[in-house]
Amino acid sequence: MFDIFNDLITVLDSTLRLSTPLLLACLAGLFSERAGIFDIGLEGKMLIAAFFSAAVAYTSGSVVLGLLAGIAASLVLSVIHGLASITFRGNQLISGVAINFLAAGMTVLVAQSWFQQGGRTPSLFGGARFESLTLPFAEALAPVPVIGPVYDELISGHSILVYLALAMVPLSWWVLYRTRFGLRLRAVGEAPEAVDTAGISVVALRYWAVVICGVLCGIAGAYMATALQAGFVKDMTAGRGYIALAALIFAKWRPWYALYSCLLFGFLQALALRPDLIERYIGFKVQVQLLDALPYILTVIILAGFVGKAIPPRAGGEPYVKER
Amino acid sequence: MQKMPVWADIVLIPLISLILAAILSALVILGIGQDPIAAVKMMVSGSLGSTYGWGYTLYYATNFMFTGLAVAVAFHARMFNIGGEGQAMLGGLGVALIALYIPWPHWSLALIFCTMGAAILGAAWAFVPAVLQAKRGSHIVITTIMFNFIAAALLNYLLVNILRPPTSMDPATDSFPAATHLPTLHDILAPIGISFSKAAPANITLIVALLAAVFVWLLIWRTKLGYQIRAFGHSESAAKYAGINPVRITVISMMISGALAGMMAINTTLGESERLILNSTEGAGFIGIAVALMGRSHPFGVVLASLLFGFLYQGGAELALWTSIPRELIVVIQALVILFTGALDNMVRMPLEKLFLSMRRAEG
Repeated sequence: MFDIFNDLITVLDSTLRLSTPLLLACLAGLFSERAGIFDIGLEGKMLIAAFFSAAVAYTSGSVVLGLLAGIAASLVLSVIHGLASITFRGNQLISGVAINFLAAGMTVLVAQSWFQQGGRTPSLFGGARFESLTLPFAEALAPVPVIGPVYDELISGHSILVYLALAMVPLSWWVLYRTRFGLRLRAVGEAPEAVDTAGISVVALRYWAVVICGVLCGIAGAYMATALQAGFVKDMTAGRGYIALAALIFAKWRPWYALYSCLLFGFLQALALRPDLIERYIGFKVQVQLLDALPYILTVIILAGFVGKAIPPRAGGEPYVKER
Repeated sequence: MQKMPVWADIVLIPLISLILAAILSALVILGIGQDPIAAVKMMVSGSLGSTYGWGYTLYYATNFMFTGLAVAVAFHARMFNIGGEGQAMLGGLGVALIALYIPWPHWSLALIFCTMGAAILGAAWAFVPAVLQAKRGSHIVITTIMFNFIAAALLNYLLVNILRPPTSMDPATDSFPAATHLPTLHDILAPIGISFSKAAPANITLIVALLAAVFVWLLIWRTKLGYQIRAFGHSESAAKYAGINPVRITVISMMISGALAGMMAINTTLGESERLILNSTEGAGFIGIAVALMGRSHPFGVVLASLLFGFLYQGGAELALWTSIPRELIVVIQALVILFTGALDNMVRMPLEKLFLSMRRAEG
C-alpha cells in the first residue's frame, strides 16, 4: 500500500517537471493563436532558446543571463514569424515550418562552432543552472504521513520556473478575460475587421501577441536546458513544441484547460519513462511506443470532434488586409 | 490585368528568393568562421565532380522528386500536406512487406508490386487526415503532423518487436532477397558504354520518379480530375457551384499526394538499404515542402528544385566529411529557402510588382 503511494508521488513529481515546458509553450501558442496567428514554430523557438540559454549560462556562469539570452533568441524567431505572417501577409504555416528548420540547423551549427562537442554545450553546474527551491517547512513537515511526502517531494523542490509556469495559468486567464488588452487580443483573432473599425491597430495587437509567444517559448526552452537537463543537446525539445500544440487544441484554446491537458500529456511522458511501474500495477506490458504516440492519437480524436468539437479562433491563419 | 509578366512570376521571383537564401547561407558560413567560397567549391566537386558524386546527388534528388510532387499535388487543391514524412515511412513498410514475404522471380516484378504497396500504404496514411478535413473540418496541417509522430511510433514498434529478425539487435528487417535488388545506374549505363560509379546508390527509381513527374503534369493539366483539383484550389465556393464535390476532391488529391510520398520508399528501402531501417526517410518528406515551393508546384520546377536539393544534400555530406561544418548547414539552407520562397514571398513580390507597374506606366 505504502509502495503505491511512493510510486505515485515519484510519477507525479516527474509529471510536474515534464509538464512545465509543455505548459509554457502551450500558453505561448494560446496568446498567438487567440490573436489569429497560427504558430507551428513553437518547437523551433523552444529549441533555439534552449541552446542560447545553455550557451550563455555556461560562458557567463549566470543562469539568469542565460534565461534572458534564451528569451532574446526566441524573440528573434518570433519577429521573423511576425514579419512573414503580419507585415508580408505570407502563409503562417509555411513560416512556422521554416522557423523550426532554422532553429534545428542553427543550434547545431553554432554549438559546433562555439564548443566543438558535436552540436552540444558543455554540462552546466552550480550557478549556471536553476537550483530546485525548497519551500518553507518542507523538511519540518516531511515526517508527517501523507501530507509530508506530498508537500516535501511533490510540491516543494522544483526550480522556480516550474512555479512560474503554474502561476502563468491564472495570469493568462486574467489577462485574456479580465483586461481590455485581452478582450482586444481575443477580438483580433475572431473579427479583426471589427477591431479595425473601432480604431485599434490590428497589426500592433498581433505583434504583441507574437512577442508574448516568443517570451513564453523562450522561458520554456531555457527551462529545458538549464533546469530539466544540464545543458543543450542536439534536437533536445524532441517534438515537445508539437505536443504543446496538441495540448492547445485539446484545451480548446483556454488557459485552465491548457493546464489540465499539459498535465495529462506530461503524465504520459512520465509513465513512458517508467514502463516497469505500469507493468507492476496493471499486470501487463504497455508498449512505450503506444505511450509516446498517445498525445497525438488523443489530439486526432479531439480534432475529429468525437469528444466535443475543437473550434479554433475564427480569423486564425488569415492575414488581415485593411479595406479601402 | 496582370501586374507582372508571367516569366517574372515563375522565374524571377524564385531566383531572387534563392539568391537571398544563398547570401544568408554564405553569411552563416562566415559567421561560424569558415570560408563560403571554399565551401561552395567543395560542394560542387563533391557532388558533381565525379560519377560517384552524381550517383549520390541523383539518389537524393529522386527522393525529393517524389516528396516534392506529393506536396505540389496537395498545394494545387490548396492543402498543405506536411505529413509526407509519415506517409513515406508507411510506404517503406509496404515495400518491406512485399519484398520480404513474396518470393519474386525478377526485380522488375518486385519493383512494380513494391511501388503499388508503397503507394497504397502512403495513400492510406493520408486518407484519415483527408477524411477528417473534408468531413469534420479538422485542420489538415495539424492532423498530418500528428500522423507523422504516430507513424514514427508505429514503425518503431513494428521494427523493434515484430519485423526484426530474432538474431539481430538492430531495429531493422532482414535483408531483402537478392532477386529484388534493383539495377543501379551503373548496371543500366554499362551496356551502352557509359561507365558510372558502382558504389553510388542512384538506381532505376530515378526513371520511376521522372515518370511520376510526367504523370502529375498530365493529371493536373490534362485531365478532368486535375481541372477539378485546380478549380477547388482556386475557389472552393466556385468549385462547389460548378458541381464539384469538395469531399471527393479533398480525399482524392490527398491520397494521390500520400501515394507519391510513399513511393519515395522504393528508392530508399528497395533501392538503397535493401531492408527497412528505422528513420529511412531522413527528413525527405519535409524537404518536399521546400522543393514544391521552389518549383512553384509545377512538375518541371519540382524536378529542377529536386536536383538543386540533391546537390545541396550530397555537397553538405561532403562538407561534413572533410571540414568542421556540420551537416545541419543543409537544414539551415532548406529553412531559408522555405522562408523566402514560401512565407516571405510577398517581400520579394511587392517591390517587383511596383517596379513592373511603374515601367509599364513609363511606356504608356
